[in-house]
Amino acid sequence: MTAIARRRFLRLALGSALPGALGGCDRLASSDSFNGMLRKAQFLSQRAQALLAGDGAMAQEFTEDDIADDFRSNGTAMPDSRLYRQLLAGRFRAWRLRVGGLVARPAQYSLADLQAMPSRTQITRHDCVEGWSVIGKWTGVPLRALLSQVRPLPAARYVVFHCADPMDGSDVEAPGSTYYESIDLAEARHPQTILAYALNDAPLPVKNGAPLRLRVERQLGYKQAKYLMRIDLVERLETIRRGKGGYWEDLGYEWYAGI
Amino acid sequence: MRLFNVQGRAAAASERRLFYRHRLPIRVMHWINVLSFFLMLMSGLGIFNAHPHLYWGADSDFDAPLLSMTARPGPDGAPHGVTQVGSHTFSTDGVLGASREEGAAQQTERAFPSWATIPGRQYLATARNWHLFFAWVFVLNGIAYLLFTVFSGHLRRDLLPRKAELRGIVASLRDHLLFRHPAGEAARRYNVLQNLSYLAVIFVLLPLVVLAGLGMSPRLDALFGGWVDILGGRQSARTLHFVAAFCLLAFVVVHVFEVIVTGLWNNLRSMITGYYRLPEDEHEGPAP
Repeated sequence: MTAIARRRFLRLALGSALPGALGGCDRLASSDSFNGMLRKAQFLSQRAQALLAGDGAMAQEFTEDDIADDFRSNGTAMPDSRLYRQLLAGRFRAWRLRVGGLVARPAQYSLADLQAMPSRTQITRHDCVEGWSVIGKWTGVPLRALLSQVRPLPAARYVVFHCADPMDGSDVEAPGSTYYESIDLAEARHPQTILAYALNDAPLPVKNGAPLRLRVERQLGYKQAKYLMRIDLVERLETIRRGKGGYWEDLGYEWYAGI
Repeated sequence: MRLFNVQGRAAAASERRLFYRHRLPIRVMHWINVLSFFLMLMSGLGIFNAHPHLYWGADSDFDAPLLSMTARPGPDGAPHGVTQVGSHTFSTDGVLGASREEGAAQQTERAFPSWATIPGRQYLATARNWHLFFAWVFVLNGIAYLLFTVFSGHLRRDLLPRKAELRGIVASLRDHLLFRHPAGEAARRYNVLQNLSYLAVIFVLLPLVVLAGLGMSPRLDALFGGWVDILGGRQSARTLHFVAAFCLLAFVVVHVFEVIVTGLWNNLRSMITGYYRLPEDEHEGPAP
């Protein structure tokens, strides 16, 4: 090949391949099926991470000095829902957490019921999927204590959390868009997985999920469902909403948020 | 006939100068690395755009980031991009903080511009899908490379500089700055600066970028109590991940520059077919 031909080839290669490659990437990145394929890597990550840091591995806990002055709120800060406003006005006296699905003994809990159960307090770091972290002190009921009361049936594999906050508008405009999340039973039975009713020794503020929120300390922030209303034990996630196990998962985020 | 002979001899002479430099596994791993590095970098910038601030420590001191890429309202109402490093603020309008997306009339507030990110339109979920998939490709390829390079003798034979070469660092540095490149037999081996930068990338920057990346994983942080504090905490790990990624990019820029100035075609061929032609040594005179 002559030098000129080479130069022409290179100019052509760079001139067409680079924008071509970038454009191609962008087309692939807007393809749901391609992203869905890439998203499968989460199950490899989940397995590898479980192998390295076993089911019992504990999230780092911090000291009182590490607690942030303000615990940043992300997503909903005040649910746009008539029901929630009523519950809040009544200081959550009428609020009940309903636990059902694949359990031997479905149950309802008032806030006082939960506060009367054995509690766990932990100072942990909350890692938002966006990249930031905040440290706070949570007090609540270990989820495994609650599960041992309702007794999951052998078929149960996942714990699904249904919340009060509609995400795509108010409860009138988008009643079916309430936040939801799910975790597997191993994560649900982890000692640091709690249903928290207090943040930094005070009742859980509205912006952080009053009256009750989930803490799954070894996963990212979007798993920590706020404004809990109902917990269901299920065998499969595919039949719930858009089938990916959570509000953000249905929009393309990984169900396994340990990374 | 005579003409043919002359050409034949010249071809034979240049054949002699062609030697097999890069073995097939190295070539394959190199190009997998090129692809996954750029996909990781661009999707990583897409992830950074979701929260374009860096901090030091375990958590985020929102009032005192080390670095921020944000936008302020400009006089025309459109966002004006600024980058803040410590207490210094620079206008980086059009590139960092605010830039125009393809086909848009006005600038959008976004840390890195759309041409540098995957996906082009800001969407964290997609950026994470790509980043966390190609992380596997990148890391498995890196592990395969490390194993190959150690057990094939590539590390000892080609990458570790010899004592005499180490004494030539200053001379090599001067030669690089003057664009004087080894020729003839001297070009058969990597030069000492090349050795040192490859070693720094392979044994410092790449392990650091991976370790700091894993340090951001809440599940792996639970591996054993507080190991991520070795990196300064999770937010420090995020900062180190970012810094290491840009050091790697700086390496790539210099690497590609050297590839171009020392003979783009020859270098490219050696990484595609394996064969590298030794540059002619002026002291030997022109090839017969």
